[in-house]
Amino acid sequence: MPELRYREALNQALREELQRDERVVLMGEDIGVFGGAFKVTEGLLEEFGERRVRDTPISENTFVGIGVGAAMTGLRPVVELMTVNFALLAFDQIVNHAAHIHYMFGGQARVPLVVRMPQGAGHQLGPTHSHCLEAMFLHVPGLLVATPSTAADAKGLLKTAIRDENPVIFIEHESLYGVRGEVPDPPTPGTGGEEHLVSFGRAAVRREGSDVTIVGVSRMAVTAQRAAEQLAAEHGVQAEVIDPRTLRPLDLDTILQSVAKTNRCVVVEEGWPHGGVGANLSALISEQAFDDLDAPVRRVSGADVPMPYSKPLEDIAYPHEPQIVQAALAVLGGVRA
Amino acid sequence: MAQTQPEPGGTRVMRTPPALPDPETAREWLATMTLIRRFEERAGEMYARAKVGGFLHLSIGEEAAIVGAARALREEDYLIATYRSHGHALARGTPPEQVMAELFGRVDGCCKGRGGSMHMFDLKRRFMGGYGIVGGNLPIAAGIALSSDYRETEEVTLCVFGDGASNQGTFGETLNLAALWKLPVVFMVTNNQFGMGTALKRHSAVTDLQRKGESLGVPGTRCDGMDVLDTHTVVSEAVERVRAERQPMLVEAITYRFRGHSMADPEQYRSKEEVTLWRERDPIPAFAAELEGAGAIDAAEQARIEEDAVARVDAAVEFADASPFPQPESLYDNAYVVDEQVKGRYH
Repeated sequence: MPELRYREALNQALREELQRDERVVLMGEDIGVFGGAFKVTEGLLEEFGERRVRDTPISENTFVGIGVGAAMTGLRPVVELMTVNFALLAFDQIVNHAAHIHYMFGGQARVPLVVRMPQGAGHQLGPTHSHCLEAMFLHVPGLLVATPSTAADAKGLLKTAIRDENPVIFIEHESLYGVRGEVPDPPTPGTGGEEHLVSFGRAAVRREGSDVTIVGVSRMAVTAQRAAEQLAAEHGVQAEVIDPRTLRPLDLDTILQSVAKTNRCVVVEEGWPHGGVGANLSALISEQAFDDLDAPVRRVSGADVPMPYSKPLEDIAYPHEPQIVQAALAVLGGVRA
Repeated sequence: MAQTQPEPGGTRVMRTPPALPDPETAREWLATMTLIRRFEERAGEMYARAKVGGFLHLSIGEEAAIVGAARALREEDYLIATYRSHGHALARGTPPEQVMAELFGRVDGCCKGRGGSMHMFDLKRRFMGGYGIVGGNLPIAAGIALSSDYRETEEVTLCVFGDGASNQGTFGETLNLAALWKLPVVFMVTNNQFGMGTALKRHSAVTDLQRKGESLGVPGTRCDGMDVLDTHTVVSEAVERVRAERQPMLVEAITYRFRGHSMADPEQYRSKEEVTLWRERDPIPAFAAELEGAGAIDAAEQARIEEDAVARVDAAVEFADASPFPQPESLYDNAYVVDEQVKGRYH
């Protein structure tokens, strides 16, 4: 299986879907001539032309809304927001319109729209450019939310998102674009072969273990795996690491099965703690698997502050391996610490 | 182009008066305007009787602007409007029964009781919706127009919004993008003189709204929104020009909202005298008189149109009252398009 960077896997997904379906149209800032701020759309303008790969002005709410209208009338738009931070300018179109149109018009219209955006801190971009906002989108009925953490999932989930009939918020991570991973080959024309699609609502067990369940969201799925290796090497703790891959729909069953085995759970996210993904997951686990738990679910999250610019402060404002290790040992009651 | 004054009792647009359409067409316009008026009056009564909940924004006084514009469209064209859009749905052909049932929150409403007054929709008739957020429909209109262009059709989208929406960010953003991408959309600002309770000159630095698109590459024109014939003529010209030239236009329709912004509006921001002045230009009797003068209609015909409108509204109320409320187990219907990966509700 070939190794691709996360950004290359996304590029391949877009290329394949543009080839497969004439209705697919890309829109976003700097995605054409510039090739994408993170080079995800590189080469696509040259290959598919300006009709299908459209550079937009800096008007986030409006070009997301154009995607909504185009999706309602037969196209399959894939809109790129340069980063999740600018999605805040488009919240009216995302929440009041994309998410609600199917419901509020009695099922008459569909909005098969994908809004892609990267999130994440670590590049010293300060408070307005470092957000992790999956919890905000997760909050909204009508949206699907994907948070791929590997190159294979980036490709497989994006292809599935483009084919889905619902609006999808597709959250990539700035720090993962350069990370390589194995991605199944595209099928060869004529000889066939399976297309690489990843279904929504199916969590991935990244590492098996029997002592503690660690759920990691977006980049934190990767950080959690490194923490699990550290737990095994330094503390003899076998952690099971689960990457939900999509938050709506959520594969709670896989998480609950793991918790039934380990009786302990840590949820790791990069975003803020209050009303976060971890808060939601720990509520769901407590409601549905209280009797399986030997300790309260513990959350590891970004600090409850705007993201500071200064490097040493930024470093401690989002989770790294030590916090995850510490949380896992804490739910284990410190017995093996 | 000649000017009209957006002041009380505003003067009429001074251009060569367009010829009346054939009598049958003219009678249909009058009948549709009358239907909208009677429907809106009855909706207001039903609101007072608590049959209708939430907000209720009536378009009484704006019927000529609605019908004149809607009749400038072909069947395959799209119309998209705001939270004041019962009349637009009716003009597009949505049965009054379905609009009233939606107001009543019943299953036979055009949106199965999920949208209510502010969110009417009729995909079959290409009425692409009422939208509750001021300015929210503009980007969507441009997206529909993009789709029409992409599919290489001749369809045009008519996007209706109020003077208040011309101050939203989406107005500037969408007009710029529509001009840049040469999208076949006619933006129609229904200037009813007020953004909610704030008069035009107190909410917009430029009150000559037809000019508000100029710096964005969208040429503007204006019609007398109290005159169905003038509105039809100007909007038709715009629609056909946009259809042929594939570039957007802005049309300002000067009109007046006879009633409050919504039913919950004590109207302390304007004088009774001002309302009276505008009511003297009521577009429905004015058009009826014009038709009578031209010999296109007689008193008996007028009476028939009136009776028919009342009968249709009576039937709509009866239908809405008889339609059941949605069942509790249908609460989650259409939250998602249910498919392979979305089995239903969230855990």
